[in-house]
Amino acid sequence: MTLGQVLLVAVLVVPALGAVAVAATPRDRAARIVGTVAAALTLLAAVPLVFGGRGWFAWSAGTPAVRPWHQVDLPWVPGLALRFHLGVDGISWPLVVLTALLTLLCCAYTVWRVPGGGNGRALVALLLVVEVGILGTFLALDLVLFFLFFEVVLLPMYAIIAGWGGADRRRAARKFALYTLFGSVLLLVGVYVVVAAAGTADVVALTGGGGLSRGTQLAAFTLLALAFAVKSPLWPLHSWLPDAHTQAPTVGSVVLAGVLLKMGTYGLIRVAVGVAPEGARWAAPVLGVLAVAAILVGSLVCLAQSEVKRLIAYSSVGHMGFVLLGVATLTATGIQAALIGNVAHGVITGLLFFLAGAVKDRTGTGTLAELSGLRETAPRLAGLLAFGAIASLGLPGLAGFWGEAFAVVAAIQVGGPLWTTLGVLAAVGGALTAAYFLRLLRQVTHGRPSPAVSPVGAGLAGAELTAWAPLVLLALAIGLVPALVLGVAEAPVDALIGVVSR
Amino acid sequence: MSVVQSVDSMALLPAYLAAGTAVLVLIVDLVLARPRATVAVAAFGALGTAVGAAVVGAGGERRTFCVGADCSWVFGGRAALVAAVVALLTLGVLGLSVPALRAGRSPVGEYAFLLACSMTGGVVLGAAGDLITLIVALETLTLPLYVLVGLRRGSLASAEAAVTFFVTSVVATTVTLLGAALLYAVTGSLHLDRLGALLAERPELRDLPLTTAAVALLLLGLAFKVAAVPFHAWAPATYDGAPLPVAAYLSTASKLGGLVALLAVVQRALPADQTGPVLALLAVLTMTVGNLVALRQRRTVRLLAWSSVAQAGYILAPLGALALAAGRTGEARSAAYAAAVAYAVFFVVLELAAFAGVTALRPVGADGGTLDDLRGAARRHPWRGAALGLALVGLAGLPPGLAGLFAKVTVVRSLLDGGAAWLALVVALNAVIGLAYYLRVTAALWAPTTAPGAAAPAVPVRGVVAAVLAVATVAAVVLGFAPQLVLDLAAR
Repeated sequence: MTLGQVLLVAVLVVPALGAVAVAATPRDRAARIVGTVAAALTLLAAVPLVFGGRGWFAWSAGTPAVRPWHQVDLPWVPGLALRFHLGVDGISWPLVVLTALLTLLCCAYTVWRVPGGGNGRALVALLLVVEVGILGTFLALDLVLFFLFFEVVLLPMYAIIAGWGGADRRRAARKFALYTLFGSVLLLVGVYVVVAAAGTADVVALTGGGGLSRGTQLAAFTLLALAFAVKSPLWPLHSWLPDAHTQAPTVGSVVLAGVLLKMGTYGLIRVAVGVAPEGARWAAPVLGVLAVAAILVGSLVCLAQSEVKRLIAYSSVGHMGFVLLGVATLTATGIQAALIGNVAHGVITGLLFFLAGAVKDRTGTGTLAELSGLRETAPRLAGLLAFGAIASLGLPGLAGFWGEAFAVVAAIQVGGPLWTTLGVLAAVGGALTAAYFLRLLRQVTHGRPSPAVSPVGAGLAGAELTAWAPLVLLALAIGLVPALVLGVAEAPVDALIGVVSR
Repeated sequence: MSVVQSVDSMALLPAYLAAGTAVLVLIVDLVLARPRATVAVAAFGALGTAVGAAVVGAGGERRTFCVGADCSWVFGGRAALVAAVVALLTLGVLGLSVPALRAGRSPVGEYAFLLACSMTGGVVLGAAGDLITLIVALETLTLPLYVLVGLRRGSLASAEAAVTFFVTSVVATTVTLLGAALLYAVTGSLHLDRLGALLAERPELRDLPLTTAAVALLLLGLAFKVAAVPFHAWAPATYDGAPLPVAAYLSTASKLGGLVALLAVVQRALPADQTGPVLALLAVLTMTVGNLVALRQRRTVRLLAWSSVAQAGYILAPLGALALAAGRTGEARSAAYAAAVAYAVFFVVLELAAFAGVTALRPVGADGGTLDDLRGAARRHPWRGAALGLALVGLAGLPPGLAGLFAKVTVVRSLLDGGAAWLALVVALNAVIGLAYYLRVTAALWAPTTAPGAAAPAVPVRGVVAAVLAVATVAAVVLGFAPQLVLDLAAR
């Protein structure tokens, strides 16, 4: 085995063993520290995956469109066409690192503060299991394995919401589980529609259509796109998301918004578009219209929200709308926009949920009307919130800008009355995003301190700063140097577009 | 022509072992009259039967009781699998019964004897090569259960359950026999393979209304045994009234028996174009109704009973692919049969684990109780709670219950290979409904108990039950990581 393969397996094995170790450690605080160490090791294993194996930069006809930097391919269940096939390339690597980073921050945050409801040891163990599932989804190069990891996430996340969430957590958790399972059973059927027709589940061999008939591709794309639309979530299948986010504990919301939703958009790019390009071309207008509807509906609903976590949750619907619009254009610019939009949303919304959690913990309320004047009593917290909100609304120079701007650009570039209209409407949605975030800031940070806000101290805990600083820095770094993401993703995206637009 | 047949006793070894166990249990109970010895003999007998079946099965197919090319006893790979699984299930159920037997809830000798008799039926069933052997074996499997269901001393619910079960089951058997008789009237044959060949060779026989009636009666009678909707109404009442271990046996070994019988006639004897649509309809109805009604259950065993009705629907689903021409090609057919058997094996392991978990979390000799009785159980008993949770999640078909996930995947795959995408979608959507109630039970296990003052007392661990639970859980975990073991055995 090469070093790359060892790292690839380690990225999954370390958090899995970490979860076991956490469960086996008797003392609660020690267990949480063990979990944090495991998460840190995972990040250490994920980052170096970028080195080596990249002996190519241009795509040419006749070579497979997916060329992983490192891969592991072992047989597992031949009877179900399931192979343990992992690989990493420029499309998946940024998401892998993001997942490892956010999980580490969440674990570290949990060492400092355990949300009420259960013990912190179990929470950290569950976070690590969720991490295994998400990383596995990003790394899987076998459709059945992809499905398997997609499912692994479901119950641990359910348990996190149901165990450590807010007052209405059970209903929210059940809604999350049922919606998501609805998506993943469609994924199961979609995967085997492809496998039954092609006789293989290997993503590398299947990308580009692999000789699937038009009918199969349309059926497969419909099923897969529906499955990923639930996870992403795409309007009108999004209604599980606000409840889940509002009720989940802070770390749950961060993981949910930061990386869990990305399983949907990543799956759309890698699996749905890659395996059934003809289906993608056929469904692209519908996908584009729904994406723009999500942007507009999400923004309008946000304008009417009165609860801070719910507002951020609905803003995710809008942001993921931009990502999906980028994918729907099926151009290199659009897919690039989707990838950077994915990462930026993970970083910024992760940060925003951390901040919203901090505000709620301090004031005991999340209602916007009761939260005026935070700037007076807690200037640093208010400042960070302003930074997060501005990054999220897409100010140039911060991470949120690239994904939204280039999704619009891609739509305009495609041209034609439909896509031009969609581009314009998406731009209007971007303006609405600015409107509701500014409204949030006006209500929360400005004005006279409300009774709930008055007693809040100005200080921030060291653990909080540790958890937030990397996200703030990343939001700046990606905003200033988008090549951090786009550089590694360029070649694989060109290769993908090469086979998709054939 | 010689009238003396040569009998291949080696092929019959598993049946000898099973029947021998029953007789030996009776003798030991009479002579020694020591409950411990009786149970030990039954347990060793069941284990021996499982080993015997595995050994004989490993040596390739053996046939005996042949008339010309048609044999009444065909002991091949699948027969060995069924026999071994039934024997192991019997062993597990016997283990679950030990605390109740020790507490004197049921007479030990009779209990063990009847269980061993039922096991004999299950062992013979897989190898049956003609309709009479098949029906007699199925009856040998079920007949002792009428008594076992009612064997709980002083329980009215138990007696009621026994009567319900007895009446419906006898009617079902009569219907099956009528079907078999009509089929004999049409074709003049009872051997499964001969029937299949005759019906394939002579299409004019298939077009007779009598044949259609015979096929329908035969199928419906067997559908009773697997508790397929609309012939399911006996199951929840019977399961809930029966002692917990017997309910476990009913929903595992007995259900497996019904499935094997159904599979035997569908695969070897009956024309697929007639059985396919019926089975597809049965499968859709069974899983949908089972799941929807299970949503409303508040009693643990009733919920498990309805869920096992739904699971029977998933087991039948691959056979529903025969309804379409694409599903009737040789390859798709054998894939469908293998998928049904594989699902059934995954299912019985998880179901046994679930019942073992409930038994371990309830006081000795108690029934399943309500869901509220299990509330917070996993907080008081983390290991047992976790095992039950794993089994339930597996039944729902989700990780970490990988065995259940692969079971569902097997079914969906075989359906899509057979071109029955619509049925695959129905299965998939039913899995979502199923999750709703499995999740409710699982969540209740970890839920904080509402009134701290009225906290349920801790239930002490009983060694044998814990061992059965542990073995079933380990089996489920191992099958979860190596499902190919089951898939290979089922395809033989």
